[in-house]
Amino acid sequence: MTLFVQQLVNGLSLGAIYALIALGYTMVYGTLQMINFAHSEVFMMGGFFALLIAKYSGVADAPSVPGVIFVAVGTMLATATLGATIERLAYRPLRKSGRLNMLITAIGMSLLLQNGALLVWGTNVPFPELLPRTTWVIAGVSVSTNNVLVFSVTIVLMIALHHVVERTQMGRAMRAVSASRDAAALMGIPVDRIIAFTFALGSILAGAASMLWVLDNPRVDPAMGIMPGLKAFVAAVLGGIGSIPGAVAGAILLGLCETMVSGYVSSTWRDAVAFLLLIVILLVRPAGLFGKFVPEKV
Amino acid sequence: MKSPLFGYALVVLGIAAVWGIDQFVIPWTDAYLTNVLLRIGFNVIAVTGLALVLGFTGQFSLGHAGFMALGAYGAASLSLHLNVPPVLAVPLGGLIAGLAGLVVGVPSLRLSGDYLAVVTLGFNQIIIVVVQNTPFLGGALGLTGVPVATSFGWTFTWVLLAVVFMRNLLKSSHGRAFAAVRDNEIATRSLGVDTTRIKVTAFVVGAFWAGAAGALLGFYNSSIFPKQFEFDRSIELLAMVVLGGTASLSGPILAAIVLTALPEFLRVLGGWLIKACAPLVAAGLLDAPPEFLGRLSQYRMVIYSLVLIGMMITRPKGFLGGRELGDVLVGAWRRVRPSPA
Repeated sequence: MTLFVQQLVNGLSLGAIYALIALGYTMVYGTLQMINFAHSEVFMMGGFFALLIAKYSGVADAPSVPGVIFVAVGTMLATATLGATIERLAYRPLRKSGRLNMLITAIGMSLLLQNGALLVWGTNVPFPELLPRTTWVIAGVSVSTNNVLVFSVTIVLMIALHHVVERTQMGRAMRAVSASRDAAALMGIPVDRIIAFTFALGSILAGAASMLWVLDNPRVDPAMGIMPGLKAFVAAVLGGIGSIPGAVAGAILLGLCETMVSGYVSSTWRDAVAFLLLIVILLVRPAGLFGKFVPEKV
Repeated sequence: MKSPLFGYALVVLGIAAVWGIDQFVIPWTDAYLTNVLLRIGFNVIAVTGLALVLGFTGQFSLGHAGFMALGAYGAASLSLHLNVPPVLAVPLGGLIAGLAGLVVGVPSLRLSGDYLAVVTLGFNQIIIVVVQNTPFLGGALGLTGVPVATSFGWTFTWVLLAVVFMRNLLKSSHGRAFAAVRDNEIATRSLGVDTTRIKVTAFVVGAFWAGAAGALLGFYNSSIFPKQFEFDRSIELLAMVVLGGTASLSGPILAAIVLTALPEFLRVLGGWLIKACAPLVAAGLLDAPPEFLGRLSQYRMVIYSLVLIGMMITRPKGFLGGRELGDVLVGAWRRVRPSPA
């Protein structure tokens, strides 16, 4: 039972990080119907941005809570800029060509960022400890400050996202573009600006995810985005890609499955289980958990 | 000229030429160049398979490297544990991959588009994890001691077979069925074509060639690692097909050659440029060759990715844009020398 609760805590906090990344995939998919493979690299770059900001602002030398908040906000702004820039330079020129082209461009962008980061910063760069870590043991279950932080930040960001998407003019425009890009354009919605905003919004969440990630795993590496990115993407598909609540549900489910398998079977099998779960769910519900199945029409 | 005998003669001649080169040119060729040539060969074989699945049938597979892994591990364990000679193990490796293609294809080809891509990617990763957890297959450390049997002759005989097989398949009525499924699945179904069957056929045939390519690779390196066949490899193959141009066979082959050779070319280019700087240094114009030239090969992945993005933006239909190399060359020739009207 203790093991179960322990893995529940671990799984929820892993799932929360996946959820933050998965939202970026799902929102971009909702508006552009493209898999933004470079999103995992936005997450990775977030780690390096956090490192640079912490180093040059002096927060790394004298860590403090406001300092960490400063680094986090800086990272989120930096990833937002990066996400919007990628969209402007690499994806916008391809708006009218096929989806395969967009996909290959996204893959190219992902390779570019990974190898660029490798050239500039190298591998396995240590990240300074910004927050002292405390672990409480409650009835045999250890809960760390990081777990609490991951939860609270994720919940706050989800509420903020919900507010932006459902209650603001920008969010309404986003939903309109995702429902029908052409109709939205006819209604006078600046589609390109909304798409750039969607990328920025997704990248802000990825930036937050990478900040939370490096606080827990104090290393940054050009390859650090690959696995979390892939898992988050799987989570988004699992929940029904394009659906915001779906991405969150899929991510939490995936996080829980992974930690349960690590806890009860073996951690070497956890990647296989993540994909097995995906395959089973897609075969039973071809549009994912929350996706709407759209029958093909002639 | 259109007699089938002509075709057979051409294939026999091609195989003879390959073995001629194997016997008389390769022994004098630099080992590095031979290595690059063989790697080009493996990629060409795998890419013909993916061109069928993705380019001609329009099914988005991101798991091609998984089939390469199955072919490589299947063939290597057949030869290690059952003493099957490599010549036989390569086609058997292909068959194992093809069989797996059937098992994976039947359930997953119900899905389409991005969902199919994700599921095939998932199968790719599952295959890797299973291999990593199977001591019999060497686990994460890889399978070593595989007999070295792949030569230039064998590889390019397989390349030739793959290309000729694919060309003929695409010209047959099956080929038209593949294209019909890609262009409009519903219309094809309404004409009484069993589209699922067509898609699965494409998938199995594609998997067979990927498996054969993987098997050859295993017999070349004498060791196989699960990491070699992760999804980034699938993505590399996908990039070759799209860059070469979907709905073209020669395009992806050309792209496989160029993209395999490009990183190596940059490495060589760096060496040449350093040598070219020598007179400048001697003349006192430069203190030393620019330091980054020695590291040019480190930039190769950055340049590779920039080429990928640039190509997609400037030539969205790929090198050849859905045409075959022969048609493009003939067209260019006609433009240079307009036929007398």
